[in-house]
Amino acid sequence: MTSLVQIRDLRVEATTDSGRTIEIIGGVDLDIAEGEIVALIGESGSGKTTMAMSLMGYARAGCRIVGGSVVVDGVDMVALPEKDKAAVRGAKIAYVPQSAAAAFNPAIRIMDQVIEVVRIHGVMPLEEARTKAVALFRALSLPNPDRIGDRYPHQVSGGQLQRLAAAMALIASPKVLIFDEPTTALDVTTQVEVLRAFKSVISAHCIAGIYVSHDLAVVAQIADRIVVLRNGEVQESGTTADILERAQHPYTRQLLAAVAPDHEPRRDASGPTAEALLEVHEVSVGYGPLRSDGQPAIVAVDNVSLRVARGRNLGIIGESGCGKSTLARAIAGILPPFSGGVVFDGHELGRSARHRSPDQLRQVQIVFQHADTALNPAHTVEDILGRPLTFYHGMPRKQRSGRIDQLLDMVKLPRALRQRRPAELSGGQKQRVNFARALAADPKLIICDEITSALDTVVAAAVIDLLKELQRELDLAYVFISHDLSVVEAICDDIVVMYRGRKIEQITPEDMAKPEHPYTQLLLSSVPKLDPTWLDHLRQDPEQVRAYCQR
Amino acid sequence: MKHRIVSLVLSRLALALVTAIIVSFAVFFATAMLPGDTATILLGQAATPEAVEGLRKAMHLDDPAIFRFLRWLAGVVHGDLGVSYANNMPVAKLIGGRLINTLKLAGLTAVIAVPLALTLGITAAMLRNTLYDRCLTIAIIGVVSVPEFMIATLAVLLFAVYLNWLPAVSFTSEIRTVHDFARAYAMPVVTLTIVISAQMIRMSRAAVVETLNTPYVEMALLKGASRGRIVLRHALPNALGPIVNAVALSLSYLLGGVIIVETIFNYPGVAKLMVDAVSTRDLPLIQSCAIIFCFGFLLLTTTADVIAILSNPRLR
Amino acid sequence: MTSVTTSAGRKPGPTSLFGYRINAVGVVGALIVTFWIVVAFAAPMIIPHPVGDIVDTDYFGPMSRELWLGSDYLGRDMTSRILMGARYTLGISVASVIIAGASGVTLGMIAAITGGVVDMVLSRLLDALSSIPSKLFSLVVVAAVGSSIPVLIVTMAVIYIPGAYRFARALAVNINTMDFVVVARIRGESLWYLIRAEILPNIIGPVLVDLGLRFVFIVLLLSGMSFLGLGVRPPYADWGALVRENIGGLPYAAPAVIFPSLAIASLTIAINLLIDNLPTKIRDREAS
Repeated sequence: MTSLVQIRDLRVEATTDSGRTIEIIGGVDLDIAEGEIVALIGESGSGKTTMAMSLMGYARAGCRIVGGSVVVDGVDMVALPEKDKAAVRGAKIAYVPQSAAAAFNPAIRIMDQVIEVVRIHGVMPLEEARTKAVALFRALSLPNPDRIGDRYPHQVSGGQLQRLAAAMALIASPKVLIFDEPTTALDVTTQVEVLRAFKSVISAHCIAGIYVSHDLAVVAQIADRIVVLRNGEVQESGTTADILERAQHPYTRQLLAAVAPDHEPRRDASGPTAEALLEVHEVSVGYGPLRSDGQPAIVAVDNVSLRVARGRNLGIIGESGCGKSTLARAIAGILPPFSGGVVFDGHELGRSARHRSPDQLRQVQIVFQHADTALNPAHTVEDILGRPLTFYHGMPRKQRSGRIDQLLDMVKLPRALRQRRPAELSGGQKQRVNFARALAADPKLIICDEITSALDTVVAAAVIDLLKELQRELDLAYVFISHDLSVVEAICDDIVVMYRGRKIEQITPEDMAKPEHPYTQLLLSSVPKLDPTWLDHLRQDPEQVRAYCQR
Repeated sequence: MKHRIVSLVLSRLALALVTAIIVSFAVFFATAMLPGDTATILLGQAATPEAVEGLRKAMHLDDPAIFRFLRWLAGVVHGDLGVSYANNMPVAKLIGGRLINTLKLAGLTAVIAVPLALTLGITAAMLRNTLYDRCLTIAIIGVVSVPEFMIATLAVLLFAVYLNWLPAVSFTSEIRTVHDFARAYAMPVVTLTIVISAQMIRMSRAAVVETLNTPYVEMALLKGASRGRIVLRHALPNALGPIVNAVALSLSYLLGGVIIVETIFNYPGVAKLMVDAVSTRDLPLIQSCAIIFCFGFLLLTTTADVIAILSNPRLR
Repeated sequence: MTSVTTSAGRKPGPTSLFGYRINAVGVVGALIVTFWIVVAFAAPMIIPHPVGDIVDTDYFGPMSRELWLGSDYLGRDMTSRILMGARYTLGISVASVIIAGASGVTLGMIAAITGGVVDMVLSRLLDALSSIPSKLFSLVVVAAVGSSIPVLIVTMAVIYIPGAYRFARALAVNINTMDFVVVARIRGESLWYLIRAEILPNIIGPVLVDLGLRFVFIVLLLSGMSFLGLGVRPPYADWGALVRENIGGLPYAAPAVIFPSLAIASLTIAINLLIDNLPTKIRDREAS
């Protein structure tokens, strides 16, 4: 049997800025049958997007297809001249980008962009294309399908744009569709809706395609087959059920293990009545100029109170824009609240860092999400860790050097990294340095703002383990902010759920199975599970969805 | 959305007005720093102290600087630019005809340079890294690296000395035929065109290259759009703001260019007038010429910003 | 305006210079710049004739074995005059660019870190200053206080402070939003520490490149002013002044008018070539 897509011994090279040539795809084979969705799973740098793009005979700037063949429906896309490639692109093979918000031209109305493929390839009359587009909008459950095409891209939401991008890809009824992480940028509650829409159009149009993702649970819902990529090579491939239940390759197992971390219940002697370390009293934070009533133009955190006991962890969860990071910044003194107060260790803290004593600043440390921007690229690891030692503890050189070694040991980094700069470290290493800098201050409380979100799943799991271990040794308390529920569940004693700037519920990990507030129910039920039938069996109250999803 | 555009444009215009006032202030005080007593300069060393004193009173030279500034500004607003020290003619009258000459030169240059530079800049962006693009880039580096007077002298060497097509450094005011006109204007216009085109090509190329690197242009490519369609439909509309900005900024280089070009070709324009005024230290004339140039410059940069605001699709 | 055109695809045999990869064009640029710097320092020792001496019986003399670059409008040796001119052109421009760079960049970083009113006032004032065309500004200053060399240096510096300020401020604003600056801030660090340790090391590369371009503009402006007779005055002569002195030789295509122009062009083009061919920051990033 000949399949619809046959990739044979595909090789792609990239030229780095320094002029070095590196291989990013090294001799990969792949087959896609008619009507089959194949998922490419891998972490950043695995070459999954590059490979998907090769289906259109396309390589991004700096990359080159140097060998092998990509036969799609009997035509080798690699060998085709540029003009003939253009004839296939959009018509026979279409692409759904990761960030639809960037892939839509800001100067052109949505409808004109959706039917542009028809205009270019002349596959049907434009009127017919418009009718078809509206039908697709409806099938993708977009609101107001008759009129949404008249808008400009910046006038609709991210979740809608992502579905509109799918409509744009489907308009000319292509045989093959490439999904490039199409839901990664979305919140979980939005993701459910978009995944459902994708799934229904895929089965309705009997489309074959590639689904690129780093998220096994998402892929489990959509794909027939899964291919695991790493460093431009196939590690393992098999049917979705095989990969999920009978993974052979150790790397695949690592990936699976990272998705479902073990939650050993960490109950110790200290009950909820233990002495409070941090108390946040009715704090409200906002941005923008003050209005006449003394409130800022945009209120990001509205009247939130919470309490963290000594040596215990509080998780704050919620979707983008719920105010969780703003709250963290207010506690750390970066963004002064306009009302309410923060009490730490029995003393009221100044509203902003400028009004806090050095010792107060030392005891509350914050660790940011992106280690890339949190570490000064001009400084060595030694400089980065040494500065808080000098600044807070006034350590002389010799003692400081010993302490830096200790800190590196604590975060399980080799001492040899001392002289390196952040650019020479991996993502996981950078995040460990970032964390070690907070430890250097000898804090009592560390605020972790999405610290695992930018990391690949396997690396993130290791960082979480490290955090737990350090807590046992150093008697730390964490405020752990994340949109990733499984991470919070794994490490926190109490979990605060935030929605649109408000704290709506506080629960314990044990309660997560049966939350009370309808938004928490919706949020928790929207997290994809490794079970391939999860999406089909998922029942969400449409009333709740309408009430809480900002689509 | 309309409301936002209007308020953005209005705030930009208000900013321009504030800048205009600061600039007038700066120009006035720079010239007011003139060492030596103006009255003495005017009357010469031999003048009696009484005569100097009288003139000082008549010219309000003993008033605090801020009053002199306000009085002068009020005059400017009413079109009274003062009287030239050098020949006692009203400054407005001295400038009038000269200004028209300068505008003629600048206008002619703009009409030629703008279409030429934009065509070159946009095509260079479309044909990035081809031989054409590289040659153009090298030529531009050459032009922006040399002083304007050198381009002018090269033009003279080429057209007047070697080819002998045009008269060397002289400007005939007797223009009767198209031929005369061409002979008189050719070298100043060619020089100015080269000077401002280089900047314009560089900036418009950069603006188009930037939009060509966006994800939506990649998306258009993946839809199978032709090169022409990608550039005309997707890249150019989004590069319009930066391109217009490039044009306006380049035209403001004209101001620097005319000072040199008018001097070297002996062209009777405002810039030449001003250079002469600097040699004779003719204060009111310098002030007025400086204000004209500053306001011209401000007008261009403000126009550029306003057009950039109007062409932003996200504000539609 | 000062965007450096870099083309990624170009690679004529990378050579190694001080551990950096620079291509051949860049090396040539660097050598020419070095040559003029050496000349500026060594000029009095290497000139064949004293600059004021009339050594030729003819004026606008041609190139000869005796007078390599011919003679000027008084019959003085052009080779010596150009070599000495390098001192004025380079010296004044370097002094100006250092003053402009140091003050503009410092103010820019202070504005970016402090924000608020300080930023607004500084930005407004310097914007207004930059809306006076540079040639015009120098004309007005020269009219007011004359054109001694210190005045020229300060004038050119003042003209290019707003540009250096705006460039450094834009970069510093970007760096200032980075989390590592936030971390340093809430550690309680002083303004001085933030400028010195967190911001400056991360903008110094682009800032130096920008100052290189500004140096070119200063050389051009200085030459232009001298050409108008409003810059360096006799008995001193920079390259622009040499062109002006000898402009009478233009109809005869005298070397005395061509070579000073070439000297300016060689310096400015060399700097541009050097900057254009500097290595983009070496980084290995895989496309994912």
